[in-house]
Amino acid sequence: MGTVTVENLSLHFATGGATPVIALNNLSMTIPDKQFAVIVGPSGCGKSSLLDIIAGLRDPTTGDCRLDGKVIHGPAKERGMVFQNYSLFPWLTVLKNVEFGLSLQGKPQREITERARHYVNAVGLSSFENAYPNQLSGGMKQRVAIARSLANDPEVILMDEPFGALDSQTRVVMQQLLLGIWEKEHKTILFVTHDIDEALYLGEVVYVMSSRPGRIIDTIAVDFAHPRSYELSTEPAFVELKRRIQHNLHAEVHKALSTAA
Amino acid sequence: MAGGRSLISTLATPRREISPGLSLGISTAVTLAILLFWCLITYGGLVDTTFCPPPHQVAKAFWTTLMDGSLLRNAWSSLVVINLGFFLSSIIAIPLGIMMGSFRVVQAALEPVVNFTRYLPVTSMIPLLILWIGIGIEEKIAVIFIGTFFQQLVMFADVSAQVPNELFNAAYTLGAKKRQIVLRVLLPATLPGVIDTLRVTMGWAWTYLVVAELVASSSGLGYMSMQAMRGLHADVIFVAILVIGFLGLVTDEIFKRLKNMLLPWARSR
Repeated sequence: MGTVTVENLSLHFATGGATPVIALNNLSMTIPDKQFAVIVGPSGCGKSSLLDIIAGLRDPTTGDCRLDGKVIHGPAKERGMVFQNYSLFPWLTVLKNVEFGLSLQGKPQREITERARHYVNAVGLSSFENAYPNQLSGGMKQRVAIARSLANDPEVILMDEPFGALDSQTRVVMQQLLLGIWEKEHKTILFVTHDIDEALYLGEVVYVMSSRPGRIIDTIAVDFAHPRSYELSTEPAFVELKRRIQHNLHAEVHKALSTAA
Repeated sequence: MAGGRSLISTLATPRREISPGLSLGISTAVTLAILLFWCLITYGGLVDTTFCPPPHQVAKAFWTTLMDGSLLRNAWSSLVVINLGFFLSSIIAIPLGIMMGSFRVVQAALEPVVNFTRYLPVTSMIPLLILWIGIGIEEKIAVIFIGTFFQQLVMFADVSAQVPNELFNAAYTLGAKKRQIVLRVLLPATLPGVIDTLRVTMGWAWTYLVVAELVASSSGLGYMSMQAMRGLHADVIFVAILVIGFLGLVTDEIFKRLKNMLLPWARSR
């Protein structure tokens, strides 16, 4: 199971000034088991902070997050995370990086290697299993990070703009790869991005987030059939949803820029 | 003509690679030029050879001190002292420094003391150390230890503090407990920085060693120089300096190879 519920979540930062910055304000959402949910929002809207809180890497000011009804306290392997900057362990080979989570639990080495190989293979890096991260391209590093997360068999995978640092061609390949994996594995995924096309292509549900303080201002059910092809992005229904999100976000970005100035 | 222009332009471009042959040629030329300059001023009679001996005289002094055993005895004495002092300092500074950089409680406890001590020149403590422990090997080890330890501590702490948070966060979300974070993320992540720091501080340790041997000692390369000075044997001083330089070069190379061998993943591409 992997149902994530967020209830009346707020996050305030102390900044040294008199009034704290409100990053998230009274945010609530439910992500049902096995759903591919995407949060799209302007930069600085607090979407990464939300992910950190669900991961247990940061405590909310008020409210709480639950996984299958249990309140989240601190990080745990049930909630895996893929970061924008890959965050691979540079001293471990591709295979050993993917084995890392499993090896923490002290499973038999044979089982660990077998499982890690399976996922290295699933992301198409079999011929690189003995390479070190500094020998890989950005796209390859992120594939390792995804394999590392999957191999650990989490209930939820939290993805913080994982393809944000990649060039647009590589990004499309990675989106297709991720979608293919999700169609097979059916894990709950909460994916954060500022790229509207990416959100609509990947998500079953897209949450549109306001600029600071972050709230959900629109929830869109994206019911294009799976498996999805990338040509989807030129279909009228897709374009219409894109326009709706753009319209919402545009106003938000302006608001953010004028308050920042 | 176009070739000449492009060569100059190549040499004048920051970080532009040059061919290995050219690189070796330039290194050799500069080294030879220095030797040539030495020959010129000594054989040319421009300096008093009592104070600046010509190459052949230094070579002879090298041979003599090698044959009578004094060179090896003093070099060995220096090596024992520096390695003991450096080892003692490193073995404590590595774990303590890594903790200081990543655990706020250790940082709060040590930082004031360390930053105060770090700026005291260890040379200023030599008289006190002689009073306390005499002029034997213990005093010299103490000088090296004090001189190296506090610098190392701060540098290891820095290495530890530089480990990106994301590595910890990645490990936490993969289910790592605190102990596993320290042993399986923090420690391996600091290794390249630790070896680099050892390499740099070893150079400083040589300085403290020689200072200690110059001030008060009965053996070592510094002592050998001091004795030679009293007898106006500048050639022996030259030998001592050259041997120290050579030992430094060898040590540096050992650290470099150690890093490439132990940490292939940290090798720059």
